[in-house]
Amino acid sequence: MENITDKRYEGGHPKPRRFHQARWDEPILFELSRPGERGILPPRVENEIHDVAGDVVGALPPALRRTEPPALPEIAQPQVVRHYMRLSQENLGLDLNVDIGQGTCTMKYSPKINERLASMPTLTAIHPLQPLETAQGILEVLYRFEQILCEISGMDRFSLQPGAGSAAIYGAASILRAYHAEQGEAEQRREIITTIFSHPSDAACAKTAGFDTVTLYPDKDGYPDLDALKAAVSERTAGLMVANPEDTGIYNPRIAEWVRVIHDAGGLCFYDQANANGILGITRARDAGFDLCHFNLHKTFSTPHGCGGPGAGALGATDRLAPYLPTPLVTFDGERYGLDNDRPRSIGKLRAFYGVTGAILKAYAWVMSLGAEGLVTVSRTAVLNNNYLLQRMCEIAGIEAPYASGHHRIEQVRYSLQSLCAEAGVSSEDIGLRAADYGVHYWTSHHPFVVPEPCTLEPTESFSQADLDEYVEILRQVADEARTTPGLVRTAPHNSTVHRADHTPLDDPAQWAITWRAYLKKRDASSQAP
Amino acid sequence: MTNLSSRPHHHARIGLIVNPVAGLGGRVGLKGSDGVEIQRRARELGAIPQALDRAADAMTRLHSIADRIELVTCPGPMGEAVAARCGIPSRSVRILGKADQGPTTAADTKTAAREMHRLGIDLLLFAGGDGTARDVYNAVGERQVVLGIPAGVKIHSGAYAIGSAVAGDLAAAFATGTWRRTREAEVLDADEDAIRHGVVCTTLCGVLRVPDDAIRLQGAKAVSGKIGIKAVARHLADEMNDKTIYIVAPGTTTRAVFDELGLDKTLLGVDVLRGRTLIASDVGEAQLLELLAREQSARIVVTPIGGQGYLFGRGNQPISPEVLRHVGCNNVIVIAAPEKLDRLTTRPLLVDTGDEAVDQSLAGYVRVCCGVDDVRVVRVAAVRDIHRELEGADTR
Amino acid sequence: MNARQPIIHPYIPNSAPAARARMLARIGISDIDELYQDIPENLRLRRLLDLPEPLPSEVELTRHISTLLSKNTTCDDFVSFLGAGCYHHHVPAVCEEITRRSEFLTAYAGEPYDDHGRFQALFEYQSMMGELLDMDVVNVPTYDGLQAAATAVRMAVRITDRRRILVASTIRPDVLSRMRDYCGPTLSIEMIPAMPATGGLDLAMLDTALSLDVAAVYFENPSFLGTLETHAEEVANRAHAAGAICVVGVDPISLGVISPPASYGADIACGDIQSLGIPMQYGGGHAGFIATRDEEQYVMQYPSRLFGLTPTSVPGEYGFGDVAYDRTSFARREEGAEFVGTASALWGIAAGVYLALMGPQGMRELGESIMQRARYAMALLDDIDGVTAPPFDAPHFGEFTVSFDETDKSVAEINTMLLAERILGGVDLSSMFPAFGASSLYCVTEQHTKADLDHLVDAVRRAVS
Repeated sequence: MENITDKRYEGGHPKPRRFHQARWDEPILFELSRPGERGILPPRVENEIHDVAGDVVGALPPALRRTEPPALPEIAQPQVVRHYMRLSQENLGLDLNVDIGQGTCTMKYSPKINERLASMPTLTAIHPLQPLETAQGILEVLYRFEQILCEISGMDRFSLQPGAGSAAIYGAASILRAYHAEQGEAEQRREIITTIFSHPSDAACAKTAGFDTVTLYPDKDGYPDLDALKAAVSERTAGLMVANPEDTGIYNPRIAEWVRVIHDAGGLCFYDQANANGILGITRARDAGFDLCHFNLHKTFSTPHGCGGPGAGALGATDRLAPYLPTPLVTFDGERYGLDNDRPRSIGKLRAFYGVTGAILKAYAWVMSLGAEGLVTVSRTAVLNNNYLLQRMCEIAGIEAPYASGHHRIEQVRYSLQSLCAEAGVSSEDIGLRAADYGVHYWTSHHPFVVPEPCTLEPTESFSQADLDEYVEILRQVADEARTTPGLVRTAPHNSTVHRADHTPLDDPAQWAITWRAYLKKRDASSQAP
Repeated sequence: MTNLSSRPHHHARIGLIVNPVAGLGGRVGLKGSDGVEIQRRARELGAIPQALDRAADAMTRLHSIADRIELVTCPGPMGEAVAARCGIPSRSVRILGKADQGPTTAADTKTAAREMHRLGIDLLLFAGGDGTARDVYNAVGERQVVLGIPAGVKIHSGAYAIGSAVAGDLAAAFATGTWRRTREAEVLDADEDAIRHGVVCTTLCGVLRVPDDAIRLQGAKAVSGKIGIKAVARHLADEMNDKTIYIVAPGTTTRAVFDELGLDKTLLGVDVLRGRTLIASDVGEAQLLELLAREQSARIVVTPIGGQGYLFGRGNQPISPEVLRHVGCNNVIVIAAPEKLDRLTTRPLLVDTGDEAVDQSLAGYVRVCCGVDDVRVVRVAAVRDIHRELEGADTR
Repeated sequence: MNARQPIIHPYIPNSAPAARARMLARIGISDIDELYQDIPENLRLRRLLDLPEPLPSEVELTRHISTLLSKNTTCDDFVSFLGAGCYHHHVPAVCEEITRRSEFLTAYAGEPYDDHGRFQALFEYQSMMGELLDMDVVNVPTYDGLQAAATAVRMAVRITDRRRILVASTIRPDVLSRMRDYCGPTLSIEMIPAMPATGGLDLAMLDTALSLDVAAVYFENPSFLGTLETHAEEVANRAHAAGAICVVGVDPISLGVISPPASYGADIACGDIQSLGIPMQYGGGHAGFIATRDEEQYVMQYPSRLFGLTPTSVPGEYGFGDVAYDRTSFARREEGAEFVGTASALWGIAAGVYLALMGPQGMRELGESIMQRARYAMALLDDIDGVTAPPFDAPHFGEFTVSFDETDKSVAEINTMLLAERILGGVDLSSMFPAFGASSLYCVTEQHTKADLDHLVDAVRRAVS
């Protein structure tokens, strides 16, 4: 028997994977439409109903009656299934790849058992306005999970209502606004301070809630600059909204001083805990003095990201600020669970009903599977993975981790590929796209790039040493290619679903096509133009 | 909207000017190559002109569109020598003027640029360094879309691509693109003598119009600055009041404020407003001091220049230490598009007025206005305090 | 930290001691604690978190969760007439199948290459919604219909640069709450009363309120009370005459038979897509849409992502990307319009699958069948002494108000009696809309059989007698 296996190795290490993503060259759904095909049939109306109701549509006033049927595609069921299955194959979900490249997104394994539990009809088929006595089960889950988050963060109360992280951050800004208004200082306290390495939503949500933002740049070592904070704070300060560790993975050792400076000036502090995965059971928001904090359940608590949601956000507050939390909050009187809708100082509804219950259930189940020791193992392993990766990544020529040199990082690292890129004449985005030819991806960072030619990696606790080694080898391979055959890297991806796109039409109002119908109009107009 | 199944062809006329002595000094340890003397020294030391090679790299990238472009270029080492590299048939190449054997000068660059612009070209490619960009600006200003192929040692101007091959790619995309968006790029004049002595000082000496690309241009690792600059400008314009005079320093961002007010800014000079009215243009130090003697309330509006982010350098002659003392360092309003600050990353904005006491009073932290309700707090440092940090630092 | 060995857990591959040891050696440290050096000692938690005992096996975990959830009564066990923003429509098996695909479920923010499938699926969702709404621009979904409405009116504020927002008093209360919070103290939200007879907007009062500082006029169609707005076009015309933007909230499931807002002059359409193939989940399954014409002044004000079609370097190949990415906070932090983050993308894919299955015929048949069932229920309920269904002289879609004012029972009492018969009665409107007395909002869907509806009528008759 031939030794097939040996040929997969070189010098004791596995050779790079000969990956190719599914490429179906699939038409747009509308192109599959054939007149008369049906994908599903609605249930029929009994004759007696028909007799009593009559021609309900004909009875509508003409202005309300739809004249032309909507031009939806007409496709039979197997064809619909096939189309979407093909699209799913053209999508690199976490389950398929070493997804450590989406740094700050905390891509971790979403346990399948939790998917099964959240699809039980006893969760999916209940209506939010049912009498409370018929929903005791889900209310108990919400209550218990709130208790868990209180213990993890040290906060007194949590609202599980926000739709995701940014919604919770906005909620925090809204609470700051309400608090200062009650103190009679709304006009005076118009500024919220944040840092350039906190998530853009910290600044954007503050602005959306009507504040002016003051953004601080880090000191020369990349740490949050306390002197800058002291220079920025004033009687106009409403509060602080920062992430810690920041998106670079650096923890602010003086975080408690930061909070003191803001409190001394009369402001409040919100802790953006999107990056909490590395510090569960290690340190708590309350202990650093924060008044508000949030968690992303689809990051730290393992619920799946769903292509961009549904996720879930949890917004925590001290007793002093709890009255402002969104309404309702879950109550327990020792016997029964309930909903407290009588909350006059609340900021109102952040989201419909009570929260993304499917995600909350999965997050609860995840914590219940791990327990206290499990959670601290999660964090310690995530940090170990991150620093192991840091060690190995910096061994690749041309890749560095700027700032905090000699220090360890917490949950992620923002690398700079600047030297490699300058030498090879490629960009970080090019490198990321060539990495896709090996079955992984990475995310640079939010625009604009403060760290030059960035790449942010966050291994979490879900990936094995072998996974991390494979990822590093892929990047090393791509770095070599960038030096020797830069043209290949600049025109990547080659083994992906489609080829390099031209994005200029997307910024041109005359060309952008957000729907198929818009595309057809503009396409036909331009082919008729002289 | 282009039909996805076939694209109409776009013909483009591209100009090419190579400054064959650019980059001459770098390899042998001399910085820059301005000045005939430096050029001679460099050649003696065996320096090989880089500009032609870099230009060739760029031209090779135009192969795929060779049948759709016409090239206008200069004789011999100023372009003709590498024109063939793009695979363009010679009937589509036009040479301006006759070859000359002597060293090429700035005047040659300017003449060629003017002539090409007059003929009508879609894009002017030039290979060289900051000096070449300056010459191009002095010839065609912002009237012509241009793109630089980097061949100099250390290039500060934003009109250059991040690499020579990338310049070719960007030129190809722009030339054949169905929609050509452009933006401003600073042309900076680095004091070469100062650099040789370890101090970096850049002055704004022009603004060029370049393809609006977020990734492939120097110092442009950001989204288009249009939205940001307009927001800053509008915010500041709204705040201006008639009891105060505003001494406005050079820069594209400060120019945008004037645009918002419907006024013309002296790009490279200092202008003075009272509220929203222009009261003096392109003033010198003496005029400023005279004005200040009569005024109760004055502010200086300044924007950081160049990759290092100079607030007040030796190039800002009208806004002298005396003027700064008079106005007061806490009456300095700094405005900037956020991308400009992001490029600094952890480095501070710099001041080097020539007066140590004034430098020290400007140093510390400053609030920079970056848009409506958007303030960024940035460190300011005196150059002499950190010039060791700057030495060897790559400003890209 | 105590010297206990860390636990080994299936979700944590490097919890296995051998891997840990190797990795520690590679970094050159002896204890993971060293990696936390930047956290000051006084912020370190030196005890275990006080959490419930773990259930690390699937067997134990399943038992625990299913026992908890078994304390819920589902709308499959009982017959439910609850609506008011969350609907018990049928979720096609294919929708479930596609949203379970872990290629979609576990993906996030990859590029339009490795995640081409997500871009195409959402572009197709945007496109199908565009047909349903007769508009050329639809966003990647936001959190829910509440946020969609709140963002839509703020878009109108930015476009017109005005500060007043007029909303119909029959607005869904939760939407109003969201709007009030989101619009903040600098914008004013004013209510325009409804005509008591029809539930439609009082045009005379609208005229009085309209002026040149109104940014938007918002109403829902059908209203929260179930009535369709028969003067929708007049409302839009009046808004336009004042230079205001007309924003209409709709349930897309009605648009197979009801004319879309664009046809009567709406500039922005918004709402929730939960009805389109997303299970109720106790209010956990929502996603919001915003749609407009394809005009730059509108497009540039969307805070959400907008996926667009674009060519690639290979002729004939479909590529995708973000349209005008500059306008979002991902690109512009605080200069972007509002903010954007993870919202409800997977539900957008589910809704796309739903619409693809239904097609024009299915949406039409479904809409008609819902209206017929509702009409049947209204007719029979109205026949009961003391019960008026509906109390408004207006067309309805699937929800309608039932007034019990002329009986001597409160809605709470009636619902308790219905519950005993395994019926979940309509949402009690008595405190939300006291002007209408003891009334209730009933929702009928395509899942209600004649037997269900007859049972309801019967039970109500007994309850009020």
